[in-house]
Amino acid sequence: MSEAAPLLSVRDLRVAFHTRRGTLVALDGVSFDIAPGEILGVVGESGAGKSLTGTAVIGLLDPPGRIDGGEIWLEGRRIDTLPPAEMRRVRGRQIGAIFQDPLTSLHPLLTVGAQLEETIRTHLPLNRAEAKARAVALLREVGIPAPETRVPQYPHQFSGGMRQRVVIALALAAEPKLIIADEPTTALDVSIQAQITALLRRLCRTHGTGVMLVTHDMGVIAETADRVAVMYAGRLVELGAVDQVVRAPRHPYTAGLMASIPRMGKREDVLAQIEGSMPRLGAIPPGCAFSPRCPSASARCTVEVPVLPAGGAGAACWHPVAEPAHV
Amino acid sequence: MFEPIALTVRDAVCLFDVSPPFLDRVLSGARRRVLRAVDGVSFTVRRGRTLGVVGESGCGKSTLARMIVGLQPPTAGTLRLEDMPLADGSLVRPRVQMIFQDPYASLNPRWRVGDIVAEPIRELKLLPGEAAVQARVAQLLETVGLAAADATRFPHAFSGGQRQRISIARALATEADVLVCDEPTSALDVSVQAQILNLMRRLQAELGLTYILISHNLSVVRHMADDIAIMYLGRFVETGPAEEVFANPRHPYTRLLLETIPDVQQPNRDRQPLSGEVPSPIDPPSGCPFHPRCPQAEARCRETRPVLEMRDGREVACFVVR
Repeated sequence: MSEAAPLLSVRDLRVAFHTRRGTLVALDGVSFDIAPGEILGVVGESGAGKSLTGTAVIGLLDPPGRIDGGEIWLEGRRIDTLPPAEMRRVRGRQIGAIFQDPLTSLHPLLTVGAQLEETIRTHLPLNRAEAKARAVALLREVGIPAPETRVPQYPHQFSGGMRQRVVIALALAAEPKLIIADEPTTALDVSIQAQITALLRRLCRTHGTGVMLVTHDMGVIAETADRVAVMYAGRLVELGAVDQVVRAPRHPYTAGLMASIPRMGKREDVLAQIEGSMPRLGAIPPGCAFSPRCPSASARCTVEVPVLPAGGAGAACWHPVAEPAHV
Repeated sequence: MFEPIALTVRDAVCLFDVSPPFLDRVLSGARRRVLRAVDGVSFTVRRGRTLGVVGESGCGKSTLARMIVGLQPPTAGTLRLEDMPLADGSLVRPRVQMIFQDPYASLNPRWRVGDIVAEPIRELKLLPGEAAVQARVAQLLETVGLAAADATRFPHAFSGGQRQRISIARALATEADVLVCDEPTSALDVSVQAQILNLMRRLQAELGLTYILISHNLSVVRHMADDIAIMYLGRFVETGPAEEVFANPRHPYTRLLLETIPDVQQPNRDRQPLSGEVPSPIDPPSGCPFHPRCPQAEARCRETRPVLEMRDGREVACFVVR
């Protein structure tokens, strides 16, 4: 594979929930790539479909949700059509997952060492002693002090930040090419949050692992990601380099979102706010889903669905915010 | 311009006994264990102002909030809402209400919104007659940006931000003067957070409310608070006017906390993430509780505990930076 080839390529992904009361389209026309060693941040508000995108990529959609269209390619191999048994081998071996709550993603009745060894031996041809040594090495790599003494301990004996490190060690156990991290720092305190994002960045650089970082926190994205994908009502509305999206957002939704974050630098009397709230899945307006809340919406916006410009960077908008002169 | 004091807290202490059961203690000789959730906190809040209390999980900020509203009796010390003079010279005791973090858990799902908001009015007998109560409920819902017709709906029909508006309407229904807001926007999305923060600011200007805002989100506190208190392991380590504390943090913990938070505007500043974790309040370190994580700690920090000392309108509990 050439250097330029993406690690993960998602094309026109469509996920729908088929319920008795009709079909709800939760993701529609989502396309993006992740290069090896790259961190793609996926941001959006609750219900925008960011977690669902991650779940679809690792093949863990729960019925009645299912992939209704589009393709997911990992290292040149199509994975959305794999049979469940094969997908199980891809998961863990090639794709690792880190979830929000470190307490519920660890087995409370197994020692941390046992969980690591099980994962290692499932995916790598190592014997017990080698697996054990690797478990200790992994814990050391994610920054857990005195890993030898921690291996025989249970998850409840670890603090929140340390547990999240264990979860990261588990995700890394089989040296996956891609890690899906769904709100990995949301349940943690700010001081611990900074430690975990720094760890993710370092691991990503040293192992060349691609990371899809799903979060609602723009601050975490700005600090951690290389590129950002902004989601709204199941669609990608903006995609681009993190500096550009944060400093000069093109989509009115991204611009509104950025303006509504209280600044550390200065104190305004009134925060900019986006009126209204995100539409429910069953009631996504025709045309651009953001049009009812958009300050620059026109008649065209309520009819035609805007798409991301070819090449994948930019805003899916008929009236994008003008680029500032200095860019 | 000094407003009268609304709330005075003097040496408030809250201890929780987390000892093993009696028999275990006798059999295994385990000692009693006491968690010092709030360990001697004193402050005052003036009317119409906002005090922001910031700290990491387990620092005692929520226990402090619960003590102020009376949900948690203090082990020692006093928390006192000062009587307010009315226009005619008589004194009235102010009311305090709390806004909770989780708008999904703090509203009774089986009550209509109108009843949720009307309950305090009926209970406190603030208005005579049901018609007056209903009119007041409609007015309150409109004040917080909902429609009067929403009174007949149930909480499940509302989004998180709208539910938080209902919580605020319920608190205002008591004609409360002091609102204790415990992480009021932590469960909300940023665009909705901005709506709620704007609403809180507007209500403060219109009704002269006093806020005690508990949060771990420094940028929210920065936006809302006039004064700020940084809490660590049950104590205040730095207090002062918010502008000054943010512009020129003195205590090493405040400095590290401010450095640590991700800032959208200046990502990847040259900074040093805070190492280590908050120690257990059951077994706090000797001396200054922050010394194991403090880059400037000296020998005496391990032995004696610094107390808050006032200088230039700021209070800092630290030997090194005073």
